[in-house]
Amino acid sequence: MNSQPQSQIAKVTVRGLTMAYGPMVVMRDLNFEIKDREIFVIIGASGCGKSTLLRHMIGLQEPTQGSILYDGKDFTGTDPSDRSAFIHSFGVMYQSGALWSSLTLGENISMPMEETGKVPASTLRELVAYKLSLVGLSGYEDYYPSQISGGMKKRAGIARAMALDPDILFLDEPGAGLDPLSSRRFDDLILRLRESQRSTIIIVTHELASIFNIADRALFLDIATHTQGALGNPCHLRDHSENPAVRLFLNRGETIVPPPP
Amino acid sequence: MTTEVLQRPPLAVWTRNADECTLAVSGHWRREGPRVEVTGAPPDQFPAHYETGGLGDYDSTLPAYLLACLQAIIDAAGDKSKRPVLGDLPDNLRGLLELALAVPEEGGNNLNPPPDKEIAKLGAESINVWKSAQELVDFIGQAVLSFGRMLTGRAHFRPTDFWHTLQECGIEALPIVSLISFLMGVILAFVGNVQLSNFGANLFVADIVCISMVREMGVVMTAVIMSGRTGAAFAALLGSMKANEEIDALRTFGFNPFDFLVLPRLLALVLMMPILTVYANIVGILGGMLVGYFVHIQPALYWTETIHSVDLTALSLGVFKSVFFGAAIAVCGCMQGMGAGNSSSGVGQATTRAVVAAITSVIVIDSIFAVIFTLLDI
Repeated sequence: MNSQPQSQIAKVTVRGLTMAYGPMVVMRDLNFEIKDREIFVIIGASGCGKSTLLRHMIGLQEPTQGSILYDGKDFTGTDPSDRSAFIHSFGVMYQSGALWSSLTLGENISMPMEETGKVPASTLRELVAYKLSLVGLSGYEDYYPSQISGGMKKRAGIARAMALDPDILFLDEPGAGLDPLSSRRFDDLILRLRESQRSTIIIVTHELASIFNIADRALFLDIATHTQGALGNPCHLRDHSENPAVRLFLNRGETIVPPPP
Repeated sequence: MTTEVLQRPPLAVWTRNADECTLAVSGHWRREGPRVEVTGAPPDQFPAHYETGGLGDYDSTLPAYLLACLQAIIDAAGDKSKRPVLGDLPDNLRGLLELALAVPEEGGNNLNPPPDKEIAKLGAESINVWKSAQELVDFIGQAVLSFGRMLTGRAHFRPTDFWHTLQECGIEALPIVSLISFLMGVILAFVGNVQLSNFGANLFVADIVCISMVREMGVVMTAVIMSGRTGAAFAALLGSMKANEEIDALRTFGFNPFDFLVLPRLLALVLMMPILTVYANIVGILGGMLVGYFVHIQPALYWTETIHSVDLTALSLGVFKSVFFGAAIAVCGCMQGMGAGNSSSGVGQATTRAVVAAITSVIVIDSIFAVIFTLLDI
């Protein structure tokens, strides 16, 4: 992981993606690329399809049209049963944490490692302790998800998402429901993970502070037109986007900065 | 790459010069690669220098190993505020270790630490058993109070909920009750016929089937079916509602969750159980009659024998018991559901406990009635 040259091919390429639930189109014709080691956020109003886009990107839903490529390889064109190579390079943190409630936190993290390869028991213990330490949950290996708070579940969720040292980390609303300090720690963690693990990080979030803190680029999904509203650096979009809905969103509806001349 | 990994196994070499200690790490550190080869004993002090010149490719295995070593030194020193110098490490490794060694915000906030000693587990389990007994008494008490509130018009629940539950407990249960009762009648008739035909008294198959079904088998089998079907459904539904905080939401609107959720289910099952029992008795007798036809007992004769075999008292015994069975099943299902843990596994456990508790209580209640009826000579 530390000696790989940065790829010139986009890490993720989304081409002409249309997402729909039956006849109801959620978003049409999305086109964007995500670079290697980029922190990319997907933003938009509630219900615009951010989480749906994430589900399409990790293969839980199939697109109506268009394709998603990872390192130039077609993901959506691959049969779902042959996607294991793609899937093993993903780490996903779900909105609620989605920890397996019948397993302890330690088992939640060790199970993916045990099921995908043979890992010595002592290494496994060290890895579990390390992943939990990264999210500030050192010593919670033997706790069940029902014994910890909502914020801790989220952090355990990210520790589990990192279990297999993924190339691409998908985080669904990581900051929602966290106190400011935990939220800040999350931001730190994400930045450090990008630097240390060389992961590409894709985040669905509403947390403006986090977006401006950590995001390299943001994709705005426009709920009014069901299309891609804007793509670019969030600070730039906030002040200079041609789309008023984007400026309104990134300024929390308080100050509508006039469009650039 | 696998060959390369095997060629350069992960190495950790601890060396001590004067008062300083150095850790040299080299090779490929991979989760699924060979085990780490450690040379020299990890010291009781933090390494002053790190050598990473021969370090190849690595994943989380390397920072995990370093963290385990540093943590062991911190724990041995007994001073949690002690922080190692990580200066020589590459930036990315240093960043990760600094983050992992940062004191968590909730340090000391160990809510409900799990009991680690066997005796503590036994104690916790004993207290749980006592608490469960108290909860059962409390729940039955609440059920009685809730019923009282209903009689005085103070209990509030949605009538549609009640009618819907009535439908679920009643007409929707008919297919399975029919099948099981019919087969019970068939089995009783077959077994009875094998024995009675030895004495040329196979007409009395009708008596065996009718008395067994009406007094015991009809009501007990219906109760077992309803425990597995309806009691489990009550526990799963209420358990899911609890996990989703829907029950708390009812409370915040001032609704009594007991009146709102438990009472309609209790009433529905208590009302439906006698009807299902009578239905099960009839279907069971018809099953026996079918077997009787095949062993040359004319249906008219079978029917006459059936009618003469039981009186109103015997008929009413099963129906009487069914009311208690219905109440027991509803109480077990609703109580386990309302007391479920706030997780998906909690709901599963509640459902299992509800079925086991319902069937057990049905058998216990039936045994008590058997003793009482024998004493009363009925």
